[in-house]
Amino acid sequence: MKIHEFQGKQILKSFGVAVPRGETAQDGAGAAAIARKLGGEVIVKAQIHAGGRGKAGGVKIAKTPEEAQAVAEKILGKKLVTIQTGPEGQVVRQVLIEETLPIERELYLGIVIDRVTASPVFMASAAGGVEIEKVAEETPELILRETIRPGAGLEAFQARKLAFGLGLPAGCIQQATAFMMSLYRAFEATDASLAEINPFILAKDGRLLALDAKMTFDDNALFRHEEIGKLRDLAEEDPLEIEATKYGLNYIKLDGTVGCMVNGAGLAMGTMDIIQYAGGSPANFLDVGGGASAEQVRHAFEILLSDRNVRAVLINIFGGIMRCDIVASGVVEAARALDVKIPVVVRLEGTNMEQGQQILQDSKLNFTVANGMKDAAEKVVRLAEEA
Amino acid sequence: MSILVDKNTRLLVQGLGREGSFHAQQAIQYGTNVVGAVKPGKGGTEQDGLPLFDSVAAANKAVNPNASVIFVPAPFAADAIMEAADSGIPLVICITEGIPTFDMIRVNAFLKTTQTRLVGPNCPGVISPDKCKIGIMPGHIHRAGNVGVVSRSGTLTYEAVGQLTALGIGQSTCIGIGGDPIIGTSFRDAIELFNADPDTHAVVMIGEIGGTAEETAALYVKEHVKKPVVGFIAGQTAPPGRRMGHAGAIISGGKGTAREKMETMKEAGITVVDSPAQIGEAVAARLAPATGR
Repeated sequence: MKIHEFQGKQILKSFGVAVPRGETAQDGAGAAAIARKLGGEVIVKAQIHAGGRGKAGGVKIAKTPEEAQAVAEKILGKKLVTIQTGPEGQVVRQVLIEETLPIERELYLGIVIDRVTASPVFMASAAGGVEIEKVAEETPELILRETIRPGAGLEAFQARKLAFGLGLPAGCIQQATAFMMSLYRAFEATDASLAEINPFILAKDGRLLALDAKMTFDDNALFRHEEIGKLRDLAEEDPLEIEATKYGLNYIKLDGTVGCMVNGAGLAMGTMDIIQYAGGSPANFLDVGGGASAEQVRHAFEILLSDRNVRAVLINIFGGIMRCDIVASGVVEAARALDVKIPVVVRLEGTNMEQGQQILQDSKLNFTVANGMKDAAEKVVRLAEEA
Repeated sequence: MSILVDKNTRLLVQGLGREGSFHAQQAIQYGTNVVGAVKPGKGGTEQDGLPLFDSVAAANKAVNPNASVIFVPAPFAADAIMEAADSGIPLVICITEGIPTFDMIRVNAFLKTTQTRLVGPNCPGVISPDKCKIGIMPGHIHRAGNVGVVSRSGTLTYEAVGQLTALGIGQSTCIGIGGDPIIGTSFRDAIELFNADPDTHAVVMIGEIGGTAEETAALYVKEHVKKPVVGFIAGQTAPPGRRMGHAGAIISGGKGTAREKMETMKEAGITVVDSPAQIGEAVAARLAPATGR
């Protein structure tokens, strides 16, 4: 689960990580009031989940409260198109107004889970303020790494090593060590899967602060973090994907024309791949889960059909233990209830496969029965082209 | 003729809820020797004909299992894995999906202090056809034979197995290693076991986007494996930065793409198919010269 920058900063602050003073506003007047309270120059930052806000014009300096108001009014309600939002962009609903700080150095701190060592890795780099992926590719030696031992945290000696490695002045080492250890504590205590401070700055007055904060949390651990679950901003997520989650479906919208409904994540990805291999383009990833009950199939249909680009649908269910006649009845029932007009190719495999296919054929609905994945993909791609 | 599980497997079930009891019965019907189940507070009683125990330690003393399957709900699954390992059960297969990553970090470190092998979590389980079935896979699609299958997915594995069986190609053992970012047994571990098994003549590996486990396995194949290996990577059309159903299936920072994995696997001499419908045929083609078919 993703959260906004300002929410990330609130969490970090509660763990003792220094962040600039600031508040969020939903309109120009609010922005001006915060700027007045902070006094002096402020920075106005669009709050959307995607990165790359600065380059897209979502981060601006304002010298006076009036200017802060004007800038905020310009950004709020605007569709921000960044490298991470895709061409459709994301509407800005709130802005963060923060004090500006004279910067001495821009650095980078990050924590991720390393799958190979099955442990968190704390990263630091003197090349802050730029995309870390770029640094990793071009100058990997500039990224320092400390592996966290399970059961231990980021130990003081590790944080010191990183602080010296960043070339921070001797007078700042203790402060930097405390900062990093607090950041790690926040990461572990919240079951985060990613934390990034870019830039992590050394201000002219010698203070170290998190000028930005990006935190992502492990969805599987949200059951033990009610307060973090509350930070979810549904406005930032695709409405169809939210709808899908309600019914235990896993849906991701893509831009093709062949809708897919599959049981199991691996087979769902494989189905998208074979559609492309057959010359078509998948409209979505949709995993109905291992069970694929009649109710889930109906909701899955509803979601698929609300995507206007979908010209044909491929249902690929490898039942196994599940009975195909039951799945087929569910599909027929759902197609009837929703009055599905577009062609639907169904591939069923598992117990009572023949009865399942018979049920589909007897329904007199627009179903094409396929034998195997290859046949199914070729049939659905042809139907999507003809539609 | 198989790895990890066979006729000598004595299975303990941890988590006898709806899923657990259904699949325990399916396993018994398949011929798996299920020796009991753990249900804290119900020790000394029976359920579905299985003796119940308060703890793995108690079960261990009474019925001496050498494998355990876990259906315990996600918030408590890590504890169940560690309990089994602490009792010295050599093989633990965790079916549970949705275990928090930090729990798995703890489990992983814990297991290093034991001799236990973990398969999963978030996996369909392990089956050696006609001998032993542990997990949620449909038994009837399998057929005993000489091809080892290892996969991060559930239903996509059934798909591949279905293709093999339809072509008359049997399997020695099929292992679902799971779709999570942190898992017990890796592709490399499984392939190492298949390589050492004289009755496994070829290996199918079904990977997906995210992480570098397929690449690590490919390097191992290049250096140590003479048996034919056929591979497929799911998620060639997956967009970057999105989690495709499995917690571990995500392309992040441009890493973990299907393209990258397929290239590395091809370089290692693995036959990589572009379409999941070609897995069976590719295995048949690789086996043909060896068997003279």
